[in-house]
Amino acid sequence: MKRWTKQMTRIAGVVTAGALVAACGAGGRPAGDSSSGGAAQVGITKDTVTIGATFPLTGVAAPGYSEIPTGAQAYFDYVNAGGGVNGRKIKYLVRDDGYNPTTTSEVTNELVLKDQVFAMLGALGTPTHTAVVDFLNSEKVPDLFVSSGSIQWGDDPKAKHYTFGWQPDYEIEGKIIGQWVAQNMPDAKVGLFLQDDDLGRDSELGVRQYLDKKIVKVVKYTAGNTDVAPQIAALKASGADLVLGFNVPSYTALSQLVALKLSYKPKWFYSNIGSDAELVGNLLSKFSEGAVHGTDPLDGVLTTVYIPGVDATDNAWVKLWQKVWDKYGKNGHLTNYRVYGMSEAYAFVQALQAAGKNPTREGIVGAVEKMGNAAGPPLAPFRYSADGHLGISGMRVVQLKGGKSSSLTPVLVTDIGAAPIKEDDSAANDSPPASGIPEVKPAG
Amino acid sequence: MSRVAFGSVIGHLRRTPLRRNLIGGLIGLVVVVLVLESVGPFRQGQFATMAYLGIAVGGLTVLTGLNGQLSLGHGALMAVGAYTAALMLHDVDKPLPLPVVMLLSVLVTVVVGAVVGVAAARLHGPYIAGATLALAVAVPGIASFFGDNLGGEQGLSVSTPEAPGWFADAVYFLTAHDVTGTKYLAYVGWFGLIISFVLLANLSASRVGRTWRAVRDDEVAAELAGINVGRARVMAFVVSAACAGLAGGVMAMVVRIAAPSGFTLALSLSLLTAVVLGGLGSLFGALIGAALLTFLPQTITGLGQSLGLSDLQSAQLAPLVYGLTLVLVILLAPAGLVGTIRNAWRRRQSPDPAPIHPQQEAMQ
Repeated sequence: MKRWTKQMTRIAGVVTAGALVAACGAGGRPAGDSSSGGAAQVGITKDTVTIGATFPLTGVAAPGYSEIPTGAQAYFDYVNAGGGVNGRKIKYLVRDDGYNPTTTSEVTNELVLKDQVFAMLGALGTPTHTAVVDFLNSEKVPDLFVSSGSIQWGDDPKAKHYTFGWQPDYEIEGKIIGQWVAQNMPDAKVGLFLQDDDLGRDSELGVRQYLDKKIVKVVKYTAGNTDVAPQIAALKASGADLVLGFNVPSYTALSQLVALKLSYKPKWFYSNIGSDAELVGNLLSKFSEGAVHGTDPLDGVLTTVYIPGVDATDNAWVKLWQKVWDKYGKNGHLTNYRVYGMSEAYAFVQALQAAGKNPTREGIVGAVEKMGNAAGPPLAPFRYSADGHLGISGMRVVQLKGGKSSSLTPVLVTDIGAAPIKEDDSAANDSPPASGIPEVKPAG
Repeated sequence: MSRVAFGSVIGHLRRTPLRRNLIGGLIGLVVVVLVLESVGPFRQGQFATMAYLGIAVGGLTVLTGLNGQLSLGHGALMAVGAYTAALMLHDVDKPLPLPVVMLLSVLVTVVVGAVVGVAAARLHGPYIAGATLALAVAVPGIASFFGDNLGGEQGLSVSTPEAPGWFADAVYFLTAHDVTGTKYLAYVGWFGLIISFVLLANLSASRVGRTWRAVRDDEVAAELAGINVGRARVMAFVVSAACAGLAGGVMAMVVRIAAPSGFTLALSLSLLTAVVLGGLGSLFGALIGAALLTFLPQTITGLGQSLGLSDLQSAQLAPLVYGLTLVLVILLAPAGLVGTIRNAWRRRQSPDPAPIHPQQEAMQ
């Protein structure tokens, strides 16, 4: 009998506890649960605008790329010191993802759900950003100026309404390079050296529009595998006398070193992303353990530019960036990666101004769609519209010499697909306002 | 008379490990619901991460702690599970029901695990570590090589599955809260964790678990006792691989992508550090290890930023602190956090202290 009572007491206890738990749960919503999803003022207060970004600050992709946010931060410090945008200071939160999509996903959750950013700016990388682009769009977070040339950031604005590309996508770069080669080196036997992802794929698509018959060999490498000797040897064996490289900077250095070893001396044409002379020079001397110095191996190499770089010391934009960096830069000197970050930051300030005195997430998306001809550092206009969110529309072909570039063409602009390539210098001679801070009227 | 019999049956049932583990699982479920319902969406996301890490670490701690096989390739097994799930959830209009996707992730990984396990059963100690290390290095390469089907470097994006209506209704009925995508994933992860932990705990308390321990402690003695050593080792590896497969499936949905760069050697090694931190062979320790892996980096980075360090410095601070924690735990609590506390507790209970080597510990 006693045992039975004991049993019952326990059962009663469990039931009571369960009921209590259920009652607690149904009691009410915790405060602060309503913040996500559509609320207009997320990330915006009377005197701040909070934005976020993910970059590889550590790991293999960090050299070069980790400098981009320091440039953007310096420019935001400059704007904030000048009073901010409509009285609001810009708070720029940068998170390290180590170029690992798993981490990108975690830190983007943190930026959006915990730090409650108004928008993302310049998040870097194709695989990394692929992990979060759907999430950002489902949370309705403006995802401005993704630092990657993949066309997926802008070719389908219906599916990715909040996402905007930044640099000329790899396909139009392939087209512009392909046409230039077809016109200026008609007898070339062309070899392609491609990174095996969107970078190589989209570029090859563009190049083949103009050079399909001239291509004698296509080789691909997988990022992470540092042995490119088989690829370069195959190019040499094919007799290619012009190699178009669509690769990241470390593979520019690797391909140059292997070519030196094999005494393979074709003409080299690297796409913009892989041609930063300073970084490649540093990598060359590091990889060769000091045997190769400076940027000499890159002399005569062809490439493209779409934003004036640090070598253009007379350019009004570069002067502005130098002024900003001298005053607000932390460590190191002005590099092309910092210029890239500052240019994105400049475009964001323009977009924020265009979104009006009380910006909303939907408002800034509308404003960016209308900022095609906003005067900024890019050499070519943006392509933003309601039907396309791809970024800068073109670039110049240049030749490197002693770490400096000299122009071979006017600015060439085009679009993906069969769009023709046109000369358009309209945006190349923009200069910054005297204050260094854009003065954009709210978009109507 | 009948009452006495009834009472003794109840008492008997309570004493069996199955019963004990089921009760533990139910308590865990209540705790999970309470926690997930009371935290914001960002923490829910972190708990989802902790769940998949916990499942993988749980599987690994059973393999290493109970059977004595050291695997450096569990990240690769997670990749197998993740890619299986991603292939079924990538660009499809009507995805299969989630339990089916999870089950297939487990099954495919079990097949891979069986193949690797058969090879590993012939090896010992560092050689198993070497063979599984090769797995960890090779598997991401496979995804790059078959780029057309597996998405290459960019990986396969995974669309977040919607919570089914009945589930949302049930949660709303119990808690008066709606189910968001993140919360649903956290629930899926933790259901998976509870189920796999109940099964693992049960297995370890059963005859199979005793066999595994016997093989770990003395192979010759185990063989003399009639145990098929090879089979026991392969079994242990397969069970552990099943956990890794489930973890990978959940991971693909939480991270929303399966890409080679997400399954580097660092993932396999961090799983192992979590095992060491928590305590070899302890499922509760696995949870603690997974919690440290999930929460420590973000907390430390945040702390660094609030102390005024630059973004880069705070990003570098997290691995530093994690490494220091690991060193300290190994120095001060060599049996892991849970193992050391348990040993101390046992010493207090019995006046004659018999220090328990982490390898010889029973699982709880």
